[in-house]
Amino acid sequence: MQLDELVRALNLKVSCAEGSLKRQVRGGYVGDLLSDVMANSKEGDIWITRQVHQNIVAVASLKDLAGIILIQGSEPALDTAAKANAEGIPILVTDLPAFEIVGQIYKLINP
Amino acid sequence: MRESQKFEKSFDVQGGSFQNAGNVSGQIKSILKEMGVSTDIVRRVAIICYESEINIVSYAKKGTITLVVTDEAVKIETKDEGPGIPDIELAMKEGYSTATAAVREMGFGAGMGLANMKKYSDHLIITSEVGIGTCVTMIVMDFSKILHPDLPPLTL
Ligand SMILES: Nc1ncnc2c1ncn2[C@@H]1O[C@H](COP(=O)(O)OP(=O)(O)O)[C@@H](O)[C@H]1O
Ligand SMILES: [Mg+2]
Repeated sequence: MQLDELVRALNLKVSCAEGSLKRQVRGGYVGDLLSDVMANSKEGDIWITRQVHQNIVAVASLKDLAGIILIQGSEPALDTAAKANAEGIPILVTDLPAFEIVGQIYKLINP
Repeated sequence: MRESQKFEKSFDVQGGSFQNAGNVSGQIKSILKEMGVSTDIVRRVAIICYESEINIVSYAKKGTITLVVTDEAVKIETKDEGPGIPDIELAMKEGYSTATAAVREMGFGAGMGLANMKKYSDHLIITSEVGIGTCVTMIVMDFSKILHPDLPPLTL
């Protein structure tokens, strides 16, 4: 599924890199520990996290992730947003907690 | 030695500079991709390089990361000026961390860095002197090339 389709289906707010949503979402990974995400996420994963500081952009970029979803209405920090826009890493925001958004994403990409 | 060496470059890493953390790893990943290094190797190097960079940023005053690429392997060598590691065996244990609360709050300090550096490299050597600094050498082998009979022998 393409990221922009996911954004529409789940009513996600596009917070950064609006021009980079034509990416394929191949799977997902949930985590707030950067070493864990670094080691275990896969290329094309959508990353669901509560971390909002700018190091999430470097992780998403190094791992070629499809994008980042921040949960419970968390907005990226200002420097995070600047970096994500500069590097074309989509950051999306949902009001839902991780459990609920992950359940919905799972259903959408594993129909 | 080093007959097949085709690339070497060093990068500075500033201690405490979390706003730049990951930049060097990003540059190294770009270089490897541009050189046509296989995606599996690039992925593994990205992980070990990022963990190395984060450790310098988290614990040291400053350091360097050196990338060496040959036909059969990628070597990442780090050298830092910092507190050093008093008990390397303990530091290697998954879950062991002396990271501060502020560093943990950002999602670092899971104590998985050195363990992942070992897991995703084929060879890891750590030397450290308390009060002086730490050196880490990691080698990621491209076995597909090594097993290829037409290529020159291993030189790293
Ligand atoms: N370059 C370094 N200089 C000093 N101490 C280090 C360095 N790298 C690692 N350490 C020590 O080893 C511990 C484990 O490191 P690591 O496995 O990367 O986990 P983490 O960084 O999450 O704590 C660190 O908490 C720290 O005490
Ligand atoms: Mg670490």
